[in-house]
Amino acid sequence: MSESDNILEMRGITKEFPGVKALDNVNFVVRRGSIHALVGENGAGKSTLMNVLSGLYPYGSYTGDIVYEGEVCKFFKIKDSEEKGIVIIHQELALVPYMTIGENMFLGNERGKKFAIDWDKTHAEATKYLKIVGLTDSSKTLIKDIGVGKQQMVEIAKALAKNARLLILDEPTSSLNEADSKALLDLLLEFKKQGLTSIIISHKINEVSYVADDITIIRDGKTIETLVKGVDDLSEERIIRGMVGREIEDRFPKRYGVSIGEPALEVEDWNVYHPIYAEKKVIDHVSFHVNKGEVVGFAGLMGAGRTELAMSIFGRSYGRDISGKIRIHGKEVTLHSPRQAIDAGLAYVTEDRKGSGLILTNPITINTTLANMKGVSNRGVIDRDKELSVAEKYRQKLNTKTPSVRQNVGKLSGGNQQKVLLSKWMYADPDILILDEPTRGIDVGAKYEIYCIINDLVAEGKSVIMISSEMPEVLGMCDRIYVLAEGRIVGEFGREEASQEKIMASILSVDLAEKEKEI
Amino acid sequence: MTSKTKVLNFVQKYTMIIALVLVTAFFAWRTNGKILMPQNITNIISQNAYVFVLATGMLMCILTGGNIDLSVGSVVCFVGTVGAVMMDRDLNMWLAVLLMLVVGLLIGAWQAFWIAYVKVPPFITTLAGMLIFRGLSNVVLQGKTMAVTNEKFVQIFGGGANCYVPDFFGGENINILCLVVGILACIIYLVITTRNQITRRKANLESGSLAATVIKAVIIVAVVIFFTLRLAQYKGLPMALIWVVAVIMIYSYITSKTTVGRYLYAVGGNETATKLSGIDTRKIYFFAYTNMGLLAGLAGILTIARLTSAQPTYGQNYEMDAIGSCFIGGASAYGGVGTVPGVIIGALLMGVINIGMSIMGVDANYQKVVKGLVLLAAVIFDVVSKKKNS
Repeated sequence: MSESDNILEMRGITKEFPGVKALDNVNFVVRRGSIHALVGENGAGKSTLMNVLSGLYPYGSYTGDIVYEGEVCKFFKIKDSEEKGIVIIHQELALVPYMTIGENMFLGNERGKKFAIDWDKTHAEATKYLKIVGLTDSSKTLIKDIGVGKQQMVEIAKALAKNARLLILDEPTSSLNEADSKALLDLLLEFKKQGLTSIIISHKINEVSYVADDITIIRDGKTIETLVKGVDDLSEERIIRGMVGREIEDRFPKRYGVSIGEPALEVEDWNVYHPIYAEKKVIDHVSFHVNKGEVVGFAGLMGAGRTELAMSIFGRSYGRDISGKIRIHGKEVTLHSPRQAIDAGLAYVTEDRKGSGLILTNPITINTTLANMKGVSNRGVIDRDKELSVAEKYRQKLNTKTPSVRQNVGKLSGGNQQKVLLSKWMYADPDILILDEPTRGIDVGAKYEIYCIINDLVAEGKSVIMISSEMPEVLGMCDRIYVLAEGRIVGEFGREEASQEKIMASILSVDLAEKEKEI
Repeated sequence: MTSKTKVLNFVQKYTMIIALVLVTAFFAWRTNGKILMPQNITNIISQNAYVFVLATGMLMCILTGGNIDLSVGSVVCFVGTVGAVMMDRDLNMWLAVLLMLVVGLLIGAWQAFWIAYVKVPPFITTLAGMLIFRGLSNVVLQGKTMAVTNEKFVQIFGGGANCYVPDFFGGENINILCLVVGILACIIYLVITTRNQITRRKANLESGSLAATVIKAVIIVAVVIFFTLRLAQYKGLPMALIWVVAVIMIYSYITSKTTVGRYLYAVGGNETATKLSGIDTRKIYFFAYTNMGLLAGLAGILTIARLTSAQPTYGQNYEMDAIGSCFIGGASAYGGVGTVPGVIIGALLMGVINIGMSIMGVDANYQKVVKGLVLLAAVIFDVVSKKKNS
């Protein structure tokens, strides 16, 4: 392989943070015109490596060489790498909601003169790039009015508008549903045909095997191996083994001797309307139940209404004009606030742990006890020592990796943050836990531990509702699965009969029926 | 941890204390030690009593998410006006004090209602309050000054020539009561610290390094002894100090040891997470702003006692002193971070700069410039050090 076949070579990159070696002599080679996947557990150093490449960590703050297009590059800021055509699209969408698509696309890269933006040119060019990514929306549409899937496409169009020759996508599909994810990946394949090189960072191994030509695995700040399509085995098992450094024989731990009992939570004829668009029905005549000792899954696409259903049950934390009945252990209850829901034995573990789950600037201790302050206080006075020992107990029980329970939660990795969030709700001692995407964005090892915790919970006689977009997880963990689509329950499967195909089929049948109605 | 990062951590943790020491040393040098004279130390406390009280209340508001209360200066003035009028009509002094506090509380509750339950932005609500209560003070006083002649009131709340706690021990050149109180405070502090350390160690909980605890204790004891000695050499304990210390102690306790205090931090740290944890966040906002009204009431009492009158111009820019002290004292402009002791250090720093410059004879307008720069510098430091940390 000659030198010029490689668009990028990162040689011996070492990056240290105070007390931590985030990258240790990493070598990373990307072939021209390929799609190169970068995989590894959380905290392995993928994002750090990309931040070094993009110049976010300026030249001099790391050691090693970046060779791009055959020349050694020194990037001091992101603009430097962008000028060379290296464009990074971050995991969190970076679009301004109240600006139009066109304005967003050329933000910081305006068309026209410095003090006289040429709006005609802006929108004309925006339209051109929108077409390339397959969007038909007007470039004058506000970002807030289009869905997340389309927003991600706008991000890509924005990158193309910067004359990208090397596109880096950090977890591009983490907030997309399966259809939108597929569309995005196919777009990347299309770009590849036109000669664009991409680097994709992803946790979703199935997507990686679908799209990537080469896969580089990073573990603990070191490059472990690079697998090449057609040469190496690119199966999911093979990739996971490289990531965790060991075979995971069973991705889902077995449950032994858990007997399923009486109904713990029954919801009957539940209806919820959108909090802002009052005429839009988000949840439509939903009835379901969860038994004692049972793990019940809620499958469905993004936007199917699963989170909305869970939050509306949890003390009406979402929606308006809510109607329907809730019975807990056979007794009808009305839950008007999260407090009432908690007191009735419910817990809702949010999908958005940073945004609405944890106080990142506060230590583990404070986060652990927040939902059950009564447990560590007496007439409003907090017993700090007790609080400390509670946090310590759950740290050990859930095996949270942290130097101290006084550590701020913001400094923990995603998996450990999730464990703190679970600690908080376990300490509230609920009978029924609703876990919303409990393993989103956390690595394979931590996922396994979360599954074990779920098994322990049902073994104690609690009930678990698990909302998840990862189909294998739902199939592997749940005793029973409800399928939700367009705010309605469109299928219910027992553990034995459930399969990925059946679930998808029941979701799609609704879509088809919906489309026929429109026609 | 290397020794270098240890030093860095130390500097970051105690920045404002170090700054306070440096600034005090600077003025001690420039004023030939005048600033450390007993009378000036007494003045730093008495003159700034209102700042300590208001800054403590302001901290509760800022904790909820960087929200400020612009109305406190006007509320101080209005409460003072009401009090002066009541005492002018020979109302019982204690009843007047109670009513003044109630007026403050009601004003606080009025604003808190709009902020917490109707979701009017605090900035707007309290800007309105700033105009309303300034205007009302003017209306009541008809633009004139009203003297406060109740001597007992003036003395108890830290005004006039005789506003010191009487020395029961009858010391000749030195106030013995003051010394006794200082020593007692040190002993209580040492006993509590030791007991905490012992219980923590017994329960095998993290307790911080022993050396650090001992050094901290030694420094605190030394500072307390130094100040009480200075105060004793003058006229003893100023009454204002008693009120300030009471407020500091009560609110340190509330913020660090009670669930209400915990919720203040939680709301500022992540409001949605707090709500979903079953906490009524509206009540927390309501508490913060109602309490601010109450403390503005107390500050109003201290102000008219010290100035022995009420005037429609009193309390101007008090809100700025309080807000400035909070941010200099390490409160985060985004909420969720800040402590009562930190804010007190911030207020002290401002007080020392004020009095230091006055002794040096710096023009009042330049004093404002310096204070503005100090505020900016403190926040810049805070932002920059946080950036480096993450």
